[in-house]
Amino acid sequence: MAIFLTKQSKVLVQGMTGGQGMKHTRRMLAAGTDVVGGVNPRKAGRTVDFDGTGVPVFGSVAEGMAATGADVSVVFVPPPFTRAAVTEAADASIPLVVVITEGVPVHDTVRFRRYAGQRGTRIIGPNCPGLISPGQSNAGIIPEDIAPDAGRIGLVSKSGTLTYQLMYELREIGFSTAVGIGGDPVVGTTHIDCLAAFEDDPDTELIVLIGEIGGDAEERAAAYIAEHVTKPVVGYIAGFTAPEGKTMGHAGAIVSGSSGTAHAKQKALEQAGVRVGSTPSQTARLVRDRL
Amino acid sequence: MDLYEHQARDLFAGHGVPVSAAEVAHTPGEAREAADRLGGRVVVKAQVKTGGRGKAGGVKLAADAAEAELTARRILGMDIKGHAVAKVMVAETVDIDREFYVSYVLDRAAGTFLAIASAEGGMEIEEVAAHRPEAVARIPVDPEEGVTEAKAMEIAVAAGLPAAAAPVLRALWQVFVREDALLVEVNPLVQAADGHLVALDGKVTLDDNARFRQERWGESGVDPAAEPLEAAAAERGLNYVKLDGEVGVIGNGAGLVMSTLDVVAGCGARPADFLDIGGGASAQVMADGLSVVLSDPSVKSVFVNVFGGITACDAVAEGIVRALESVALTKPLVVRLDGNNAARGREILDARAHPLVQQATTMDGAARRAAELAHAD
Repeated sequence: MAIFLTKQSKVLVQGMTGGQGMKHTRRMLAAGTDVVGGVNPRKAGRTVDFDGTGVPVFGSVAEGMAATGADVSVVFVPPPFTRAAVTEAADASIPLVVVITEGVPVHDTVRFRRYAGQRGTRIIGPNCPGLISPGQSNAGIIPEDIAPDAGRIGLVSKSGTLTYQLMYELREIGFSTAVGIGGDPVVGTTHIDCLAAFEDDPDTELIVLIGEIGGDAEERAAAYIAEHVTKPVVGYIAGFTAPEGKTMGHAGAIVSGSSGTAHAKQKALEQAGVRVGSTPSQTARLVRDRL
Repeated sequence: MDLYEHQARDLFAGHGVPVSAAEVAHTPGEAREAADRLGGRVVVKAQVKTGGRGKAGGVKLAADAAEAELTARRILGMDIKGHAVAKVMVAETVDIDREFYVSYVLDRAAGTFLAIASAEGGMEIEEVAAHRPEAVARIPVDPEEGVTEAKAMEIAVAAGLPAAAAPVLRALWQVFVREDALLVEVNPLVQAADGHLVALDGKVTLDDNARFRQERWGESGVDPAAEPLEAAAAERGLNYVKLDGEVGVIGNGAGLVMSTLDVVAGCGARPADFLDIGGGASAQVMADGLSVVLSDPSVKSVFVNVFGGITACDAVAEGIVRALESVALTKPLVVRLDGNNAARGREILDARAHPLVQQATTMDGAARRAAELAHAD
């Protein structure tokens, strides 16, 4: 079944006609995603050809939804326009918006996150690789060929490349859904949201949770696991050697004072019964042992 | 980006937060002239982006302009927690009656904004919160409504601040929103003997992602006090952080690079840097990154760890080959390529057959090799 994204998902791409939008729409189509349209008010009415598949361009998300029944939007528009794009999608009451864009000001994220929440729209991201339900659909930029077959593992991660690394190491088992929630300080969908969805997903037998320094999302996820998750969870945390006060690439990855350290996160997860790997490869071994 | 106190003060003043009269001085002579203009009796404050200035002797009162010059001479050049003092702020003194604390922060957990206020200012707010949590008010602020008159009064009352703090809270909210700040903090906000309020010290962190709409920031873009290798990397648009070890680390994606540092540390070596060449990195970015890392004299070996998702491993390999043409490689390089076009990337490096370049098939194995090579002599 997978979470958030299935074979039935109909996907719109906001910013499809830009460079990144074109490149990744082609890849999504090749991965079997049902991309039903692009959105660009200046190019509405045209059709873009992707290796023989014609994808229509609509003037707005609402128009695209009305014409196609789309229920997912993937956003590739640049940071200055991201808030307007997400607001438009939420106004159309689309159920899921996946914001790939990196570099969105936090004040914008806080505002569109609240706005979308009030309208029942789930946001994944920003600054994320999106999500993939192998064999069904791919909404974002996760390369489909890393782990092309559907399987029993659900994965949630702040980091794109660590998602890829773990998917690669566990490709022979396969994934129900892998969700990259993004590395920004504020994101629309959290580890906890994904844990809850994987717990309810009959196709997911084990959950891999990848975290990194900064904030306390992993600690809160640990508390949630202790209370609500019956499926086995294997964890990995990056950033044990990161010094205090230095931002490690992701805007959210910064240790401030005693909070946000990798040790605190590991401890919280282990106390909740989560086995935490010391390297990505060792984490993959823990998963294989458990299954 | 963290601001200096004097920059925070200027932003406060620009949005109507009351501040004391002050000037920046880079030399003792400038400090003397500033003190003269400010009426003689002043406080001289080291401008560094770290806390604990007072304890380190970086904040001193001066009775007159001559003493301000002497004081500035002592403070300029001081080292405070690894930060060299290149400038001081000379400010008029205020007769303090009471000290408060106010700030707006990003509440990551709730995904919204939070006002934090206390009638017990002047100390580290974490200390106050740890010992007397009831003395610290934490009030969520709706991002759409912002700090209205009613919200400002709610914060003031909850924290036990005088009603006169409400307009200051509203002005400070303007700083937070208009400047795209992640943190604005006034500590202390003082009530002077004559009753009026002054923001005596402030801390502001701006959101680098908002640079596109905050053009003024361009002026204070690259920090002149930054570590030289970090400055060189920033000039080339690289995401680089200098660390204290001997194994240079280059990878793609913040999470994978952080993980690589940990795996290197797990092999008993210390990483010399964090360098993320990002998603879809080109050969040029790889070449630039390698030349920055190799210019670090403490680097004894380099570990290039790439999992090609969007990034093509053949482009990474070509970047390494290109870098080998322009930089004389004197340190061993361990390369692990996996994912997108990895086989082609490995072939390119094999064909180049540089005696100091080795390839490894796994991340853990490559880290072990890089650690061994760093400790070989």
